[in-house]
Amino acid sequence: MEHTICLSDLHPGQRGVVRALHSTGAMRRRLLDIGLIENTQVECLGRSPGGDPSAFLIRGAVIAIRAEDGRQVVLQGG
Amino acid sequence: MGLTHSSTGLGAVDSTLVIQKTSPGQRVIALAGNPNVGKSTLFNALTGMNQHTGNWPGKTVTNAQGRCAHDGQEYILVDLPGTYSLMAHSAEEEVARNFICFGSPDAVAVVCDATCLERNMNLVLQTLELTGRAVVCVNLMDEAKRKGIHIDLKLLSKRLGVPVVGTVARKKRSLNAFLSALDTAIQAEAPGPVAIPYPQRMEQALSALTPLLEERCGGRLNPRWLALKLLEGDEALLEEAGRFLNWELTADEALMEQAREQRQELERWGFTADRLRDFMVSALVSQAEGLCRGAVRYEKDGYDQTDRQLDRILTSKSTGYPLMIALLAAVFWLTIVGANYPSQLLSQALFRLQDRLSALFAFFHAPAWLHGALVLGVYRVLAWVVSVMLPPMAIFFPLFTLLEDAGYLPRIAYNLDRPFQKCSACGKQALTMCMGFGCNAAGVVGCRIIDSPRERLLAILTNNFVPCNGRFPTLIAILTMFFVGTAGGLGSSLLSALLLTLVILLGVGLTFAATRLLSATVLRGVPSSFTLELPPYRKPQVGRVIVRSIFDRTLFVLGRAAAVAAPAGLLIWLMANVTVGGATLLTHCAGFLDPFARLMGLDGVILMAFILGFPANEIVVPIILMAYLSQGALLEMDSLAEMRALFLANGWTWVTAVNVMLFSLMHWPCSTTLLTIRKETGSWKWTALAAALPTAAGVGACMIFTALARLVGG
Repeated sequence: MEHTICLSDLHPGQRGVVRALHSTGAMRRRLLDIGLIENTQVECLGRSPGGDPSAFLIRGAVIAIRAEDGRQVVLQGG
Repeated sequence: MGLTHSSTGLGAVDSTLVIQKTSPGQRVIALAGNPNVGKSTLFNALTGMNQHTGNWPGKTVTNAQGRCAHDGQEYILVDLPGTYSLMAHSAEEEVARNFICFGSPDAVAVVCDATCLERNMNLVLQTLELTGRAVVCVNLMDEAKRKGIHIDLKLLSKRLGVPVVGTVARKKRSLNAFLSALDTAIQAEAPGPVAIPYPQRMEQALSALTPLLEERCGGRLNPRWLALKLLEGDEALLEEAGRFLNWELTADEALMEQAREQRQELERWGFTADRLRDFMVSALVSQAEGLCRGAVRYEKDGYDQTDRQLDRILTSKSTGYPLMIALLAAVFWLTIVGANYPSQLLSQALFRLQDRLSALFAFFHAPAWLHGALVLGVYRVLAWVVSVMLPPMAIFFPLFTLLEDAGYLPRIAYNLDRPFQKCSACGKQALTMCMGFGCNAAGVVGCRIIDSPRERLLAILTNNFVPCNGRFPTLIAILTMFFVGTAGGLGSSLLSALLLTLVILLGVGLTFAATRLLSATVLRGVPSSFTLELPPYRKPQVGRVIVRSIFDRTLFVLGRAAAVAAPAGLLIWLMANVTVGGATLLTHCAGFLDPFARLMGLDGVILMAFILGFPANEIVVPIILMAYLSQGALLEMDSLAEMRALFLANGWTWVTAVNVMLFSLMHWPCSTTLLTIRKETGSWKWTALAAALPTAAGVGACMIFTALARLVGG
């Protein structure tokens, strides 16, 4: 069953596919710049020692994103 | 941007690029690329070691130029700041874009990371949208090979329409291939800029605007790209383009009318300004994906397994912080152990030379004041600075550079983001803090990697709380003398390293406290969003790192310290020997400062040394020594044990030692750092705060500690 979650819901090892981006302004541009457009596959790799931010594998690059920002990215989980 | 004169000196902030051709045949090549793709390494390999220095972590924040030649063609390479995009979201992106657009380079070389090519294609495509006179350089081919990533360079070249060359910065032959491609690119007829396909509605708007721009662009700017910017309504860019083309676009009624019409038309179809920008970026990302499909092949699925495993160890909840502290302590331990013996040798040699110099002066019957001023003043302070500073620096800098080269520093930022977030600041401040270990001025310049102006100011104002290389040796010397014992041995060096780590952790703690204080008062705000790339780990190139850090960083910093130490030595000698009203100037000054200094558990001489050390922290301990010696018998100062005896004779206790360390950790930034802060913030007000904050903290901490110690001691 496919369901909708957000980027920060992903646990390490889980994957999802970007469906929508609710971020605005500078963050939206930055997320687009790193290739987080619709249909992009994302994998959560782990969390930092403080529990936030988390590291994600996006188009071959590892990017750390804070939970607060990750909530704006809607995914289709697997 | 290393610790060069330009990054720590007054030229630190000049962002305008002046290209100086020494002959008309030279061709200017702009070197663009994402951060962490080995662009600066490539630049160094092409232009030679002495023209440019390695980056501190982060990016090339100022521009560097260097020359090289190939087959009789001379090139001036301009190393642009590392950026992911040319959309001018940040200052670096703007610098890079403006140089490519308006700096009239003869060609642009885009450097890419072979292990992460698709991501790099975004910048390649944005560059090719601007100009067809470009070469794509796929760097780090050796890393890619190791990870089992195959790249079809020919296919990429065919798809992009420009030469694509694979390089390994260490391998001369691959560099020659790159230069040959440049030769071809500037000689051959350049292909037109790449036209990224946008949604049909946008294409219609573009074809309505492009003809109006074609003539005035005259081949100097891509009209299609400019049309895109008109639709986007990028005012700053249009103004800049207007200056470049000598045609004020925003004042051209017909053009602006058409642009307005097209924007309205687009909006009718749902392409609002935001959506328009989304489409622009999405088009690039999709195009990049298509380009790499079939051209990049992975041998195995887990090509990045090693990196992931390392990340699991270095950034996990249980081991992330302990390993970070252990690494820090290990670096200090190696520095302390490694510096101990050479330091002694150097000081013995230099003081033997002092005796020879004295003999020489005596042989020529030089007057006593001349001998005093030059040998006992200038030479002796210089000798101290060299023997105390050089060995730790020559070990610390390469070790630190190795960690940086291996890709560990972004992990520190990742690990520390949470605490910084709690202080309403940015995790990248951890990177600028690390730069501060080398030199606070470099750290302040490095704060440009932080996008939010508020968070950048926080990082600038608090950078001085981590001790720079000029302060390490002071801390090490005092720790060893008063808390570890000067006997030496494995146990004591470990203890020194541990104590120093604690002092540094105190500095880091103070950074957090100060950041928190500032963001609760004068710099209130919510933490801005941020993304941080964790680049692949790389095997550091040990030989190159050592050469680079010794020549670029160590000798440069030492040179600066020596330049300050010489006049300071003269000044202090004069102060110790010019008598006014029955006492020397030194006694007067120290006496004047003494009552206040006593409140802080210091004495007048120590406080004066900190004040005279304003141009460079390296000279604080030498000045203290000098001042004490000038008042008493002349001792041979070639070991820490004798230094300790001198300090004890002048009334030092362990309380004094702790206070000196506290004050060394927290006092005004050195003059270079302050001038850099002034340049970076553009305001004397913030500069004053940057000086007042650590000073107040230091004075307060020393007074409280002294009062407590007196209380406990009865």
